[in-house]
Amino acid sequence: MELTDLSVKELGEGYRAKTFSVVDVAKAHLVRIEKENPVLNAYLEVFDDVIAEAERAEKILADKGAGAHLLTGIPIAVKDNILIQGKRVSAASKMLENYVATYDATAITHLKNAGAFFLGRTNMDEFAMGSSTEHSAYGVTKNPHDITRVPGGSSGGSASAVAAHLAPIALGSETCGSIRQPVSLCGLVGLKPTYGEVSRSGLIAMGSSLDQIGPIARTVHDAKLVFDTIRGQDSLDGTTLPNQGETRVSNKRIGVPREFVKDAQPDVRENFEKTLDTLRSKGYEIVDIEFPSAPYGLAAYYIVMPAEVSTNLARLDGVRYGLSYEGKNLLDEYEQSRARGFGAETKRRVMLGAYVLSSGYYDAYYKRATALRSVIAEDLAKAFADVSFIATPTTPGPAFKIGEKSDPVSMYLEDIFAAPANLTGIPAISVPMNMVVRDGVSLPVGVQFMSPKRTESSLFDIARDLIGETL
Amino acid sequence: MISVDDVKKLAVLGRLSLTDEEITKLQGEIESIVAYVDVIQKVPLPETSNTSTHLDLENVMREDENPHEAGKYTEALLVQAPRREGDYVKVKKVLG
Repeated sequence: MELTDLSVKELGEGYRAKTFSVVDVAKAHLVRIEKENPVLNAYLEVFDDVIAEAERAEKILADKGAGAHLLTGIPIAVKDNILIQGKRVSAASKMLENYVATYDATAITHLKNAGAFFLGRTNMDEFAMGSSTEHSAYGVTKNPHDITRVPGGSSGGSASAVAAHLAPIALGSETCGSIRQPVSLCGLVGLKPTYGEVSRSGLIAMGSSLDQIGPIARTVHDAKLVFDTIRGQDSLDGTTLPNQGETRVSNKRIGVPREFVKDAQPDVRENFEKTLDTLRSKGYEIVDIEFPSAPYGLAAYYIVMPAEVSTNLARLDGVRYGLSYEGKNLLDEYEQSRARGFGAETKRRVMLGAYVLSSGYYDAYYKRATALRSVIAEDLAKAFADVSFIATPTTPGPAFKIGEKSDPVSMYLEDIFAAPANLTGIPAISVPMNMVVRDGVSLPVGVQFMSPKRTESSLFDIARDLIGETL
Repeated sequence: MISVDDVKKLAVLGRLSLTDEEITKLQGEIESIVAYVDVIQKVPLPETSNTSTHLDLENVMREDENPHEAGKYTEALLVQAPRREGDYVKVKKVLG
């Protein structure tokens, strides 16, 4: 057993039993990163203070002993859109290539307070826009299960790093599926928290009414530990929810929106049915539910999100910070800086956002999409009056080939099952199902469970029950 | 239908300088994306449906006072500015 194979829980136990040190674990990960990262491109940068930080964590463990936080001495990979003071953070964009974070994201503050430390920043689609990491300005990340395939995205670097054991755990972020889709494609556990559970302070904004930071892990236990550590009300994010204790759903009934899940590939659907059988055998009841608005969620998302993107990215103008091109006049400076700083997908979404918000189209698109969001929330409320969970495959299929989805809409459809949770703010978890085979290679694919707002504890319960993980 | 002129107008709104090649490509792409999202026109929406996204959230205000002493973060932020003069970000003239 190598140190890089251990879960967060096992690392914590090893530290307390003095089987190995934090520095041993840090070094083991650095060695593995040096060997694997040139092929995978999961990390954009490995921090130069990893050993020093490991030594610092070692001292905290020595001082606090068994009472130390369970994340003390745990190395973490961080998506390149989450700010760590003094470190570069680029959102995988040329626009922010040399940008240095001026403060810590609140999630990072929580992890630092727990005694965790950071291995490096991971690759992603530029500004978190994409489902494959192919939109990164710094090259595509490879899927460790098959390096000719994508790891998913936008948190693809974090997923690839955790799947390849280049980190025991990582932070990702979701606007629509950007944690769940890559964990589905890389065979991991990932949580999209309730909107407002985790502070967005220090997360480079994409779609502010949708964005959430969440954990990417190899076990449910580890995902829960990170979530419990980073969540909580924050004066720096007015949308964070007041603290309350763990809330659970009232029964073990799972709703399946049959009409919606028929869009998954045949062997994924077969796998999904087997997963439902497993849950039945573990005391869950499966019922069919109506979710008529679900198939429209992704279309509503591709109106709301670009509108928020075009607004949020307006601040990147070549004047305040980031890439700057000295133009003939101020307008030219904006236009030239943005033309040079943004990649193709970012430009597409800025333009699309301008379109759906422009006078004459606002009512037909943005206003209607926002109303549709409420209809989806009402459909969910009706469903959750009877069932505690809604289950679907996380993604329509397993990892696709690099370059396979060159048409934007075909890429967008990767997140068809993800959209309802982001649009309505409910939590959702993805856990691995059985593998499926493509071109003779076994590839992972996930199942997702959604539940009412603030019932993450129940999502961890059902995830553990499904994969047979004990506490 | 999205015309080349429409794309040019959107580029102005988005503050993006685009090449002719990009404009041609974006015309087709935006058209196909808009054709996809247009499906929402077919969904029947109740007259009374809410247009507010997160109904369970309330505005959170802080006291109307200085949140921190003046100048505390000036250097940390200005050091990232492409051009500066003293404690100011330097920009090209705004009015012609």
